[in-house]
Amino acid sequence: MNKIIRYFKSLLMIELFQGLSVTIKHMFKPKVTVFYPEEKIPKSNRFRGIPALRRYTNGEERCIGCKLCEAVCPALAISIDSEMRSDGSRRTTLYEIDLFKCIFCGFCEESCPVDSIVLTDFADYHMEDPKESVLNKQQLLALGDRFEQSISKNRQQDAAYR
Amino acid sequence: MDAILEFIWLLIRIGLFTLLPLILMVAYYTYAERKVIGAMQSRIGPNRVGPLGLFQPFADVIKLLLKEIILPKEANRYLFLIAPILAIAPAFGVWAVVPVGDGLVWADLNAGVLYVLALSSMGVYGIILAGWASNSKYALLGAMRSAAQVVSYEIALGFSLLGVMILAGSLNLQAIVNAQSGGMLDWYWLPLLPMFLIFFISALAETNRAPFDMAEGESEIVAGFHVDYAGASFAVFFLAEYANMILMSALTAIFFFGGWLSPFEGWAFLGDSWLRDSSIFWFLAKLVFFMFNFLWIRATFPRYRYDQVMRLGWKVFIPITMVWMLVAALFVFNGIVVRGA
Repeated sequence: MNKIIRYFKSLLMIELFQGLSVTIKHMFKPKVTVFYPEEKIPKSNRFRGIPALRRYTNGEERCIGCKLCEAVCPALAISIDSEMRSDGSRRTTLYEIDLFKCIFCGFCEESCPVDSIVLTDFADYHMEDPKESVLNKQQLLALGDRFEQSISKNRQQDAAYR
Repeated sequence: MDAILEFIWLLIRIGLFTLLPLILMVAYYTYAERKVIGAMQSRIGPNRVGPLGLFQPFADVIKLLLKEIILPKEANRYLFLIAPILAIAPAFGVWAVVPVGDGLVWADLNAGVLYVLALSSMGVYGIILAGWASNSKYALLGAMRSAAQVVSYEIALGFSLLGVMILAGSLNLQAIVNAQSGGMLDWYWLPLLPMFLIFFISALAETNRAPFDMAEGESEIVAGFHVDYAGASFAVFFLAEYANMILMSALTAIFFFGGWLSPFEGWAFLGDSWLRDSSIFWFLAKLVFFMFNFLWIRATFPRYRYDQVMRLGWKVFIPITMVWMLVAALFVFNGIVVRGA
């Protein structure tokens, strides 16, 4: 009996018409597409985008060259050299992050004792040459200057949970 | 001299009234396909080139024509280049006998249905030759699948047309349309409902469209028969596939949905409304409806497995059409459907 019912079902294409009704209903449903470059969805304040180096408000770079981030980086994306500056403090002479290696895990930010290296919420960057994947110290500091507002705002919002 | 001028004038008219509208329809059919399938998948579809993306087809065509035509080293040059032409010529050639309105037909053949069947089965030569001349295993597999599929479904297609011929008593496409006059309940989709469905499904298989796109089968054999084609030669295959879809929609409208006849012909209460007049408008409306169904079906169903395609064609469609041919004959014999009227 079940077999006969199945035969009739497949002959009358009942299930096929059910499928067709689903697609035609979806055709008239409102679309949820975000028109990306013009429209952007809100980001979490914990969003992990491109890394940057911050400064203090007086313009002094925060990084003290402790190399904790270099040690903790699971992808070995960070390389640091440091020496004594004329005023006797330790500063980095080389601070490079390879964006091709970086996995945006945020361990460097967590390990940093002076909140110098941070991950900004900026993610839609591009490069036109593979060589540009390595960000040097100047570029990282420039990124930090550029996004200082959103960086400090996001840190403030998240401070209670850290 | 006059004869030559007349011939050239005829060619110009054919180009102006059949080829150009067809090519434009193909261009905007691809656009409609992307929009409709996008909408059915809750997407938007192309919307960047021009207002609402309306210039997208031209951007695509320019891109395809500017690309290089690649000739594989081991390919048979001559057949490789002639195959796309063989695929597209029948798709356009059939339009010679397709009446788009009362008397609006290039050649009023008495054996129009035979011409349609003969030319539409020519299209598979282009596919087979493309697959063979490419000298690649994927292309050959795609061509073999396509050949087997088209040959199998041609039988079901032909048998379902036999029902139409029994009811209409003619092989002339205009006569077939005129035999369906009297409103939408007099069209042949009603007495030949199974035939109509089988004709349309076989048309999907004939044009190698989803869910019967075994010849392309991009998840199994890359792109099938046109895997080695690029640029303009690929564009011709693309054009042929869509032209075939438009053709099959037109044939469905003519054989089962009364061609240019108005669906409200016999509805007296509508008065003298233009809705009751048979015109090319109704033909185009039916054409667009069936063209939309092609897209709708593609957006809904996954691809058949190869053996299931063969089973469906040989063990389901052909027996049903054979049985319903007898039923159609009984309809005529008992006077339920008056032959040719």
